[in-house]
Amino acid sequence: MSKTAWDRVTLARELERPKATDYINNIFHDFIELHGDRYFGDDKSIVAGIALLDDKPVTIIGEQKGKNVKENMERNFGMPEPEGYRKALRLMKQAEKFKRPIITFIDTPGAYPGMGAEERGQGEAIAKNLMEMSKLKVPIICIVIGEGSSGGALAIGVGDKIIMLENAVYSVLSPEGFASILYKDSSKAKEAAENMKLTAKDLKKLGIIDKIIKEPEKGAQNDFEAICENIKEYLLKEIKNLEKLTEKELVEQRYKKFRVM
Amino acid sequence: MIIDKVKKINEEEKVKKRNEKASDRMIGKWVKCDNCKEILYKEELHKNLSVCPNCGKHFRLSARRRIKQIADEGTFEEIGKDILTSDPLQFDGYMKKVETLREKTKIDEAVKCGICEIEGQKVVLGVMDGNFLMGSMGRAVGERITLAIETAIKKKLPLIMFCVSGGARMQEGIVSLMQMAKTSAAIAKLNEKGLLYISVLTDPTTGGVTASFASLGDIILAEPKALIGFAGPRVIEQTIKQKLPKGFQSSEFLLEHGFIDKIVERKDMKETLAKLLRLHAKGGAKRNE
Ligand SMILES: [Zn+2]
Repeated sequence: MSKTAWDRVTLARELERPKATDYINNIFHDFIELHGDRYFGDDKSIVAGIALLDDKPVTIIGEQKGKNVKENMERNFGMPEPEGYRKALRLMKQAEKFKRPIITFIDTPGAYPGMGAEERGQGEAIAKNLMEMSKLKVPIICIVIGEGSSGGALAIGVGDKIIMLENAVYSVLSPEGFASILYKDSSKAKEAAENMKLTAKDLKKLGIIDKIIKEPEKGAQNDFEAICENIKEYLLKEIKNLEKLTEKELVEQRYKKFRVM
Repeated sequence: MIIDKVKKINEEEKVKKRNEKASDRMIGKWVKCDNCKEILYKEELHKNLSVCPNCGKHFRLSARRRIKQIADEGTFEEIGKDILTSDPLQFDGYMKKVETLREKTKIDEAVKCGICEIEGQKVVLGVMDGNFLMGSMGRAVGERITLAIETAIKKKLPLIMFCVSGGARMQEGIVSLMQMAKTSAAIAKLNEKGLLYISVLTDPTTGGVTASFASLGDIILAEPKALIGFAGPRVIEQTIKQKLPKGFQSSEFLLEHGFIDKIVERKDMKETLAKLLRLHAKGGAKRNE
């Protein structure tokens, strides 16, 4: 039976669903995590560092949710504060310096709407990432693995290729938030999800994403090895293609990609 | 004396009654200041640049009035006017709502862009309009702004953006989110050409606009006491389960936290912009390569 949009929202949010670090550990090797934004702190809702993809060094940025309450508390449920985005930007700039491709894993209910985040410029941090990512001279591939919600997802989502897992969702806001704004009733999230065009299939049709990675019926955790294999194959192929472009062509192509959206 | 006092109380009562009746909305020729509760004659208010003469509150401005205040008379030439609202999600009732609104307000989208002069200096000026779906950014808004930025690049002109926005245009879903990336990427190009970009934040500037071009100015100005933030106050209060302190996310708060350059009152805005334009007109130091 085909799934409703809400079915996929539910799958995308499952605690057992593989998280960014699962992908990092399975697809890459020799991962070394790097910490801190050099201004204020280290945001644990974003995991970042360098690893090898086969024998190729790459920089990885991932929004990290937990698989239980304790982990989620530690990771702030995958909701970054400005420090997370600034850490991501610092390491993406570093990747550019050393000519490493960048791979991002998107999985967040949104940027954290807290007082500290506002005091430290959540909007500015996201804006800066969007602007800087648009002109980085290395290939960027973004993968939505679970929940991609709002500017908090896009802040690490300006890439040459954007791909999604079959049951991942990507939207301007969570269905709950959307329902509370447009229907003045957050309990209408289910109904909202069906109208928001947030599934991988919808986004492919809208021309927002480039590829869908298949999942087994009951979600990514049920055949995780195969999914990692598919992602790895895609990364190797596309990085090779993107590296054929000159830096100028690469940046221009990325500009055009978002220009037509 | 006592009679005077009684008279005064009666007067106050009358004013109070009148105020209550007026509620927060404009009624006919009168409008109530929702800050000091004074009833103001609309024409007086508009003559005063839509700033309350009693308490200094800056009322929200339509794009049309804003352009009139900022651009030299008769110089504004609109660009991107033919870019109109699209409905990428085929969202139920959206186009109808837009059409009704267009008819009612005579505004065609939440931003108006053009080329104009400010004290004789040519600029690209973009002005958002909060009267159109709370100044939310959908594809047409993102497209008009991007076109404005690209026009500035092509004609080597400075760019000024007046921002007012409730954030992303929900009815356009993911496509509205992507306008953040599009406009920010265009600003990156503008920067590479060494062109000036001044962003002016007005009440309210929130969500996806704050998290894109609004926060990317070389110089960021704000009107006094504007609400400026990424997350809306209500969302924050629901998340942290407590009331926000007074003045949280105000222009003054942002200035204190280092996110804007200067707060400028409306009466000084044009002059300040003109001055900044002049300071950038001559270019920087030239060095031999
Ligand atoms: Zn007043």
